[in-house]
Amino acid sequence: MQLSRGARIFLRVGTGLTLAFIYLPLILIVLYAFNERRIQTWPIPGFTLEWFEKAIDNPGARDALWMSLKAATGATLLALLLGTLAAMAVARYRFFGRETISFLVILPIALPGIVTGMALNATFREVLEPVGISLGLFTVIVGHATFCIVVVYNNVVARLRRTGGSLEEASADLGAHTWQTFAFVTFPALRGALLAGALLAFALSFDEVIVTTFTAGPDQTLPIWILSNLSRPNQLPIVNVVAVFVILLSIIPVLIAQRLTGDTEGGVVPGAGGR
Amino acid sequence: MSDALASRPRLRLSLLLAGPVGWLVVAYLGSLAVLFVAAFWQLDPFTAEVVKDTSFDNFRTIAEGEVYKDIVLRTVGIAAAVTVTDVILAFPIAFYMAKVASPRLRSLLVVAVLMPLWSSYLVKVYAWRTILSEEGILNWALGPLGLSGPEYGTTAMWLVFSYLWLPFMVIPIYAGLERIPTSLLDASGDLGAGAGHTFRRVILPLSLPAVVAGSIFTFSLTLGDYITPSIVGAGKQFIGNVVYANVGVANNLPLAAAFATVPVVVMILYLLIARRLGAFEAM
Repeated sequence: MQLSRGARIFLRVGTGLTLAFIYLPLILIVLYAFNERRIQTWPIPGFTLEWFEKAIDNPGARDALWMSLKAATGATLLALLLGTLAAMAVARYRFFGRETISFLVILPIALPGIVTGMALNATFREVLEPVGISLGLFTVIVGHATFCIVVVYNNVVARLRRTGGSLEEASADLGAHTWQTFAFVTFPALRGALLAGALLAFALSFDEVIVTTFTAGPDQTLPIWILSNLSRPNQLPIVNVVAVFVILLSIIPVLIAQRLTGDTEGGVVPGAGGR
Repeated sequence: MSDALASRPRLRLSLLLAGPVGWLVVAYLGSLAVLFVAAFWQLDPFTAEVVKDTSFDNFRTIAEGEVYKDIVLRTVGIAAAVTVTDVILAFPIAFYMAKVASPRLRSLLVVAVLMPLWSSYLVKVYAWRTILSEEGILNWALGPLGLSGPEYGTTAMWLVFSYLWLPFMVIPIYAGLERIPTSLLDASGDLGAGAGHTFRRVILPLSLPAVVAGSIFTFSLTLGDYITPSIVGAGKQFIGNVVYANVGVANNLPLAAAFATVPVVVMILYLLIARRLGAFEAM
């Protein structure tokens, strides 16, 4: 389209500044991970790899990472199952309350994290603790799965709507059982969407702070470990290294998911790690 | 078993829905309902036990407390300021992506904006704490000019929230602008409107639903937060901080639940207005 020289320059500069605003803080943290001093001052006086070794040997960080990986894997698997079931119902059937399902699925991520966290915390303590299940990995998985369902659901619904139901009908007409149709027709068509949804759910869970503080009990996930160590100046160099690791681990799945779905399909936008 | 399923679509549907609906309605909505009911309970001041008598005492405490009012106003005020800031920051880059950049550059920019949206929330807040610290990069950069960056507090929170939720504003506005036919903008130019005029009279009204859609994210995410205030707020509390302190430290779940209804009610009102403005179609 036609734009005046001035408008063009304004847009270029605005775009550049916004990108700089978005990326400079992240780059800064990466640089601080190599800071040879314990104190986070600028300019950085010298660079070292020392903190990477220390971080790898840090038992607290290692336990937290292990807990995070287990929680994210569990939550992802549950979200895959529940999200896919809900998506298949909504995309392939007409029934009373169908619109409500998409609302219901989005609710855990639309409400403030603290509300979801408090609600689950109160229920877990009332219902699960009497039967001997205390707050820990299991409750974190349940909490995370609740708000991860939406990313799987969004991706799978979008894919199901695009592929339509005629292939499945053809499969049934040719005599395939329900399970055969799912295994040989529906599932192959969904594979990309499922993988993308799973990666996003994993990233979402891996990053979550607020619901986790209410459901983890004494256990620490990696974000909780970071949060509790922010107030310990001595630990900050190790926090920096962990931060770099977390940035990489949350960005890579999203990049792959983006590749898998292209940027037209839903699912990548909703949801923030912090909430 | 399989054949029984094939001839009974209703049964198949029930099996599909049982898990997810059971989970979300029983576990999640059930929990929310319990929380809502708990807002009407009290804490016995002597035993610190929850007394399950229904009354509006907690809501009265909140409505009459000067401190609570300040906190609500601060939270909503910063959420509004963050939303406006993000609209202003998002428009140039969204417009550049939608109407100026080549298709290749456009998809690169979409990824560039989306990627940090998913990178750790906590790491980003921590990065800003470092940037804004006394010996941080901002004071180092502004020092020679005789200026200094904001200290931790209200301004810092505004800045960090604007940073955190910016991608949530860029993406919907970009999508909204992409839907506006370029021919409309050219027509406006042909008819003699300058860039500013076209922006005010054509682009802004047509992209309003998208702006409102983005604002749902920036507003609600700020409204419910308590981590950022605790890291860069220098003691300035948000609604979430009070709720958190009452659940964790004071163990006063009823009061916490009552105060937590404030952001939920504000958000419901916001969503109702947003729907009127057509934001749901723009998401």
